[in-house]
Amino acid sequence: MDSGSQRDKTPVEGPEVLPLGSTALLLRFGLTVTPRATAAVQALHDMLDKADLPGVTEILPSLASVMLRFDPAKVTRADLAARLATLTGTRDWHAAEPRPAMRLWQVPVAFGGVHGPMLEEASALAGLSPEAAVRQVAETELRVLAIGFAPGQPYLGLLPEGWNLPRLSDLAPQVPQGAVTVAVRQIVLFANASPTGWRQIGRAAFRPFRPEARDPAPLRAGDALRLIPCSGDELEALLHTGDPDGGARCQVRA
Amino acid sequence: MSGALILHRARPGLTVQDMGRPGLARLGLSRGGAADRLALLEATALLGLRAPVAALEMPALGGSFEVTRPTRIALTGAPMRADLDGSALRWSASHLILPGQRLTIGAATSGVYGYLTPAGGILGPEWQGSRAAHLVAGIGAALAAGDRLPLGDDPEPDAPGQFLPVEDRFTGGLLRWIDGPQTALFPVATRARFGTTAFRRAPTGNRQGIRLDCEGPAFAADLPKTGLASEFILPGDIQMTGDGRPYILLSECQTIGGYPRIGTVLPADLPRAAQSAPGAVLRFQRVTLAEADTLARPRAARLASLRAACHPLRRDPRDMPDLLSYQLISGVTAGNDLDPPEASA
Repeated sequence: MDSGSQRDKTPVEGPEVLPLGSTALLLRFGLTVTPRATAAVQALHDMLDKADLPGVTEILPSLASVMLRFDPAKVTRADLAARLATLTGTRDWHAAEPRPAMRLWQVPVAFGGVHGPMLEEASALAGLSPEAAVRQVAETELRVLAIGFAPGQPYLGLLPEGWNLPRLSDLAPQVPQGAVTVAVRQIVLFANASPTGWRQIGRAAFRPFRPEARDPAPLRAGDALRLIPCSGDELEALLHTGDPDGGARCQVRA
Repeated sequence: MSGALILHRARPGLTVQDMGRPGLARLGLSRGGAADRLALLEATALLGLRAPVAALEMPALGGSFEVTRPTRIALTGAPMRADLDGSALRWSASHLILPGQRLTIGAATSGVYGYLTPAGGILGPEWQGSRAAHLVAGIGAALAAGDRLPLGDDPEPDAPGQFLPVEDRFTGGLLRWIDGPQTALFPVATRARFGTTAFRRAPTGNRQGIRLDCEGPAFAADLPKTGLASEFILPGDIQMTGDGRPYILLSECQTIGGYPRIGTVLPADLPRAAQSAPGAVLRFQRVTLAEADTLARPRAARLASLRAACHPLRRDPRDMPDLLSYQLISGVTAGNDLDPPEASA
């Protein structure tokens, strides 16, 4: 069996440098999401952010890779790829540790019941009682691993190994905006109502995307985030206020 | 008080589009903007503008329109039946429209997305540097009959109408593609079969992407058992959904996805993909990265070529409602009969 602890000991080599369309490169640590790969992605993202690479216009992390967009009028793909290979080859990615988060979000979530219709099923798959499952999720300091798919929508992780649940083979009927869903050791907090193959275990009143706001997507890749259990009534009250923060607090760490 | 474009009739899905919002992937927002970006560059050339302006994007069907001030418009993209007070208008051309005249745009005769570009651009709310509706993200909205869209002033309303001959990109054809980060997950034989298969644009499709159908087995990738990590995806990416059929992503696609992608359609060929109507036959041809880089041309260079290809609009006799009102033989015309009569009004 390919256990997580064994995988964690696998050395993480330098990222593969791969083409992504005409004006981007992808630096990839692996095809699957592992704690080592996500740590290496965060370390690489920090490194590239500081590297001040000429012609690079955008650097963004996702789950196991980092994307760099470049301006082909300023740098060629080949030159940039060579530069990146040199830059990333000098580092021991096995020892990569994610930089401590600058911000910690605390987001109220109602677990189970009408707001988390698949909590029992997901808990059972994770080998836990629903109460223990909620406790474990709430105790985990999650990181925003990536923002995407839909505007503002965070991929959060990683949950303990027991949560390596497969996606549903069929798409579940629509989950609502704010749905807290699990699969493959990750949580996605849905920015919009959507059909999904992920299991809904809870719901937040926090809105990850607010086109009307000055800061339309308040979460940033790298932020830390905790889900704070609240009752269904408390969630209803938060939803009722219409406040896009939904009771969430953001604490900036010194 | 500047002018307005009044929508008397608006067929479903009409939106305001420009070149979109590049560089906002950090917000999880794809570039958006016109499904056929070339059509906006063509309008820029036809109207003699410095840069593209916001236009009306019309999927498959147009509507009927009126302006409150004289303004030139360009009609580009998928050719549609268009007339001004009953007189047929050339497509891929610019025309002067006067207040009180009724512009009617019907069905596309081929392709999908037609564009009506007023020379001063459509004004109205801007978000993050663009006026493009991005319906998936909840930015902007589809337009409806009764809407009045504020227009910028036409910088040169007296400029004569222009015509721009364009290569047919509205009936399917060949799409060139390059390798992407997941190409190697597809067995070599699968990639070879991809290159020899004739695909048909499926009925499923929108501004996010279009699905293709074909005969034969699925185009499957060799995936890790624990599932592929979701990665950044871009317009032009060719992803293989669960049943192994390709889906070409367009301007309003998601920014991260978990389906494997065999490669990426070149930006130069993406308008052809977007303009392929259901049933159109599409084939794929792989090119190397070096070839793709040679083919890539900066926007300024493409605009310069389009400007050079524009020429004054000649009226087609078949478009003239009353031939007898034109002096066809006499040598005493004012010499401006190559121009639409409105231009000299």
